[in-house]
Amino acid sequence: MSPRVRLVLFLLGAAGFLTTGVLAVLGAPPVGTDVHPYRDAAVAGALAHATANVVSTVNYDQRALDTLGEETILLASVTAAVALLRPADDERVDVPPPDVVRSRSPATRLAGWLLLPATLLVGLDVVLHGHLTPGGGFQGGVVLATAVHLLYLAGSFAALERLRPRRWAPVAEPVGALGFVGLGVAGSVAGVGFLGGVLPFGTLGDPLSSPTVILLNVAVGIGVGFGLVVLVAQFLRQEVLVR
Amino acid sequence: MSPVLLLVALLGVAVAGGVVALTRDPEKQAVTLSAFGLLLGVTFVLFDAPDVALSQLAIGAAIVPLLVMLTVRTVRRRQR
Repeated sequence: MSPRVRLVLFLLGAAGFLTTGVLAVLGAPPVGTDVHPYRDAAVAGALAHATANVVSTVNYDQRALDTLGEETILLASVTAAVALLRPADDERVDVPPPDVVRSRSPATRLAGWLLLPATLLVGLDVVLHGHLTPGGGFQGGVVLATAVHLLYLAGSFAALERLRPRRWAPVAEPVGALGFVGLGVAGSVAGVGFLGGVLPFGTLGDPLSSPTVILLNVAVGIGVGFGLVVLVAQFLRQEVLVR
Repeated sequence: MSPVLLLVALLGVAVAGGVVALTRDPEKQAVTLSAFGLLLGVTFVLFDAPDVALSQLAIGAAIVPLLVMLTVRTVRRRQR
């Protein structure tokens, strides 16, 4: 494709994007007023199911099917990326280099060790309190996956390879997605519809309220956390081990 | 939230996005991308969307720049 044709194509696309964008903004309801039809519907739904975090109730209760779709997309993307990143025929895998520990400055290592337990706790908190405060399985899962990789910052690649559940992490990720589907089917079996709440909703603001949202958050946390561990691990292996 | 602050945040995101697009060296681009991700996360907080801000900070400011950096380093090393 010549640069000229490319430019014309880009300008056509940009013009279309600009036109539809301006039309969409002009047609949107005004910002900053008190009229929010969707808010009224979502907040009423959240209160009916005793979920304090309305965003969570949209993601894991009212539109849980959409979240299942996203979870599946993530699973497919991680699987595809890992398949692409596996060592090729003309590459060889080295043994972990032993000198990584010494090349880290003590301050970096100390920061890594101090941050590791704190980050793990924050990750768990974000997953388990997603129905009450901002956060949930997705955000918490990402934090947990990041926490595991602080080991690389703190210690050595070998320690990370040993401690990181690389053998069963690829299995744990689909388990998270399966758990999501399992909870959905449980709703169907109980007669409240796919992904409908089976357990009693509880009291609004209680740590154990809205059990469906908690359980789906845990399932998504497992799926996202281990998915990202597998993904980052594969990138890191390519950088450190594969020659 | 005052509309002026929101506009400043949006403009900052726009400028930071432009800086990322205009950074030629991919390794430096990972750093500007991270700064852009942080700014976008703060903007989400200002717009009362802390849930999205959390995702944005973790993915946009940390994981994606890390993957870009690791990829650039691996590709550079193999070119030598």
